[in-house]
Amino acid sequence: MDTEAVYQAPSEDEVKALLTEKFPEVEVTRTEVRRVYAKLPREKVLEVCRYIHDNLTFEHCSTVIGVDYVDHMTVVYHLSNYYNGLMIELSADIPNDDPHVESVTCVWEGANWHERETWELFGIVFDNHPKLERLLTPKTYEFYPFRKSYKLRGSE
Amino acid sequence: MADSLVPVKEIEEKMETDKMWVIMGPQHPFSHGLWTLKVQIDGEIVTDAEPIVGYLHRGWEKETENRTYPKVIPMADRLCYAASMTYTHLYCMTVEKALGIDIPEKAKYIRIVADEVCRIQSHLMWLAAVGTDLGNLTVFLWAMREREFFLDLNVKLCGARMTTNYPRIGGVRNDVTELFDRDILRTVDRFEKAMWDIIALMDESSIIVSRMKGVSYLTREQVANLGMTGPAMRGCGVDFDIRRDDPYDNYDKIDFEVPVLTEGDSYARYMIRIEEMFQSCDIIRQAVAKVRALGKNAPYRIKTPTKVPAGTSFCRLEDPRGESLMYLVSDGSDKPYRLKVRSPIFVNVSTSKAMCQGCRIADVPAILAQIDMCLGETDR
Amino acid sequence: MAYSSILNWIDFYQNPMSNAYYPFGDIYNLPFDISYKLWELIGGTIAWLINLIFPGNPVSIWLMDDAACTLFALIIFMLIIFIVVFVCTLISLWMERKFLGRMMDRRGTMVGMKGFLQCVADGLKTFMKENTIPGKVDKMTYMWTVSLVIGVSVLVACMVPLSDRWFVVNYDTGLLIIMAFFALAPFFILVSGWAQNNKYSLIGGMRAAELMISYEVPMLIMIGTTALLAGSFNIGDIIDAQYETVWYIVPQIIGCITFFFAATAESERLPFDIAEAEAELVEGWQTEYAGMKWGLIMLADYFRGYVACAMFAIMYLGGWMLPGIGDGPIPEIVFLLKTWFVFFLMILVRAALARVRPDQILNIGWKVFMPLSVINLAIVLLLKVGGVF
Repeated sequence: MDTEAVYQAPSEDEVKALLTEKFPEVEVTRTEVRRVYAKLPREKVLEVCRYIHDNLTFEHCSTVIGVDYVDHMTVVYHLSNYYNGLMIELSADIPNDDPHVESVTCVWEGANWHERETWELFGIVFDNHPKLERLLTPKTYEFYPFRKSYKLRGSE
Repeated sequence: MADSLVPVKEIEEKMETDKMWVIMGPQHPFSHGLWTLKVQIDGEIVTDAEPIVGYLHRGWEKETENRTYPKVIPMADRLCYAASMTYTHLYCMTVEKALGIDIPEKAKYIRIVADEVCRIQSHLMWLAAVGTDLGNLTVFLWAMREREFFLDLNVKLCGARMTTNYPRIGGVRNDVTELFDRDILRTVDRFEKAMWDIIALMDESSIIVSRMKGVSYLTREQVANLGMTGPAMRGCGVDFDIRRDDPYDNYDKIDFEVPVLTEGDSYARYMIRIEEMFQSCDIIRQAVAKVRALGKNAPYRIKTPTKVPAGTSFCRLEDPRGESLMYLVSDGSDKPYRLKVRSPIFVNVSTSKAMCQGCRIADVPAILAQIDMCLGETDR
Repeated sequence: MAYSSILNWIDFYQNPMSNAYYPFGDIYNLPFDISYKLWELIGGTIAWLINLIFPGNPVSIWLMDDAACTLFALIIFMLIIFIVVFVCTLISLWMERKFLGRMMDRRGTMVGMKGFLQCVADGLKTFMKENTIPGKVDKMTYMWTVSLVIGVSVLVACMVPLSDRWFVVNYDTGLLIIMAFFALAPFFILVSGWAQNNKYSLIGGMRAAELMISYEVPMLIMIGTTALLAGSFNIGDIIDAQYETVWYIVPQIIGCITFFFAATAESERLPFDIAEAEAELVEGWQTEYAGMKWGLIMLADYFRGYVACAMFAIMYLGGWMLPGIGDGPIPEIVFLLKTWFVFFLMILVRAALARVRPDQILNIGWKVFMPLSVINLAIVLLLKVGGVF
């Protein structure tokens, strides 16, 4: 039984304080009006997300985004609540040779298709995802078209 | 024979009825665009639904990496043909945020006007689709007739009807024309009167209301968890509108109400959109007055550098269909390194299983009309 | 024989009723009269020509004797009846397109003669289309069901009398027989939906059966009520009875409204076209029919709409009689105008309402139409027992 306090509509500073206090690995890089940017190691993603959802009442997961930085990849989560319009941006770096991260579909069902899309376009595998199948591209694709190594015609 | 009189219930249990997968789409009258909905039905009751999208996947996000920043603006129009203005607006806002610049007041109000015109015409398009999906063509034609007036406003504002290509990084392309505020106020006044015809046709017809009322019920928790946004979310009791709660441009200086209903059925979602159109009219009136107050010579666009400093930025905005978000990664060059679009329908359509389960197959078009399908932004 | 003059062959002024084989007993039949005279012209000319080449041959004689004249006149009679009904149906089709267009704030069809020629153009277009048959259908059932749907619809449309001199058969149970044929089509639709090996068609066929069990019983009760009021199932008698008393829309106002909607359902028009609900079932049971087959099905729908309106005019609006005037010189036109007026109401309903769900139509049928028709029957019984009628 989770007996921890539930914070309704915390402000930017409260979010920053709560996150860094609870998870020392989480590094809040900057805050703006109604925006909190944080970096975290990929092992902690599910745990932090669950905390944000359950205790900070961030009920809405806007997106799960993959970015290919050539030397590594990044998964970006945009989480928002319905009370004061605050958004948290979590980004987790993922090494190229082991593109795995825990799925957050069990926390927000809405992340389901975003993760599928990120997987099929970037090859980032979301562990424990209920249905990691190709969504936008044909089933026969064997490559990840949104990686930087996949060159567009005429781009050089 | 007395032995053969088995109770009916037992027979029913022994009877094995097959569930049937009905494929609706990609060529189907209800799918407004190219997408497929696989519906599993037991008799007439829907037991499962699986949307299949991706027929229109153009690699939009990858394409932008190949273009300079201004060149993405006309591409952003093509994300959604009915809401092209909001997507262009969102893109410009994201780049402006990455640049760290503030645009002139006048441009902000003009963008609000353009956005709300876009919202009304997009909602009218949706109303037309609801009409056909319910089997009433009159609503379709009447709504399309009203929409024409707002497309004419688009023409007066920027010369194009649908793919407007109007906002620019650092403002808008051109100032409003001389008589634009007169035209827009006339159109809005006229629309508010004409809308009651359609409402009389829809809401006072018990058949149409009974087709939507009590159908496809979703709770607030379900909606929040499924990531549904927009009018569909507000019809289920979530009191959240990005224009009010996370204001962008000058929406915080404009007074308007966000309609919220707690019924959570198809009819509530319908009512929300109808009410939103009237609220948009209010917003237009206020914003037009502000534009007029700023005078003729107020700047509407500022010069911006072609290269965006390295870093990430994101913006979100209340699209007619829900929350759309753009995430920009720039590497200091004049082309985006990565641009991601969060389309509201992409998530809303993934909820079709939750929405359709337990309903009848006759209700499926009426339910899915409420998410206002647009494939350009779903598949990107 | 000296039949050298053509006038010896054509007996234009002969009364067809004096023919020994006159098929309508002692009632004058206008279309038969016309076709009989037509045959006198055509057959007389042919007989005269043959007689010129082979004088005194038996064929010429046979062509003009009573039996052959009746036979050929009947063939022409069939054509005349069909063409008149066909044109009436095309006019109602044109009416729907034009009025619906106006109600929807558009122009409707615009091809020639205020848009009437669009019907002809559509007919030609569907006729030119490729007649595809899907590979895995049950071909025989697929063909005969659609033939029967179309055939029954045309048959029942032809059987509707336009006046007491314009009829095909003057049955004593005319109303019942027309209704019986009218109610046949849903069975064929059900079988056809099964035969097409298509899920949309299957659901559409099932819905046709669902629809039928919901409106058929109240509709029959209402027909029985009218017959009770008139004291006969004969259409002519019903109309005469209305002329003698009052249009039955007055005592049966509840029944007339109910019958109107039941008739809309019977002819599968919006808001009750759930068997071909195009929003969810593409075209329902018609999905796999292409080309002219589909065109004829569409036409059959309008035949059925015409019949439904004609039944309404017969049962409640006094048929071809006008109060105080009676028959008038051309009762057929009076009848058709009444029919088209009812059809206009159907168009109004179509423009204003949306399609109902299958479970809703069952509810409407059994919980609304059924009690209303029984109440209507009770009122009529009271009136009858009270001696008003």
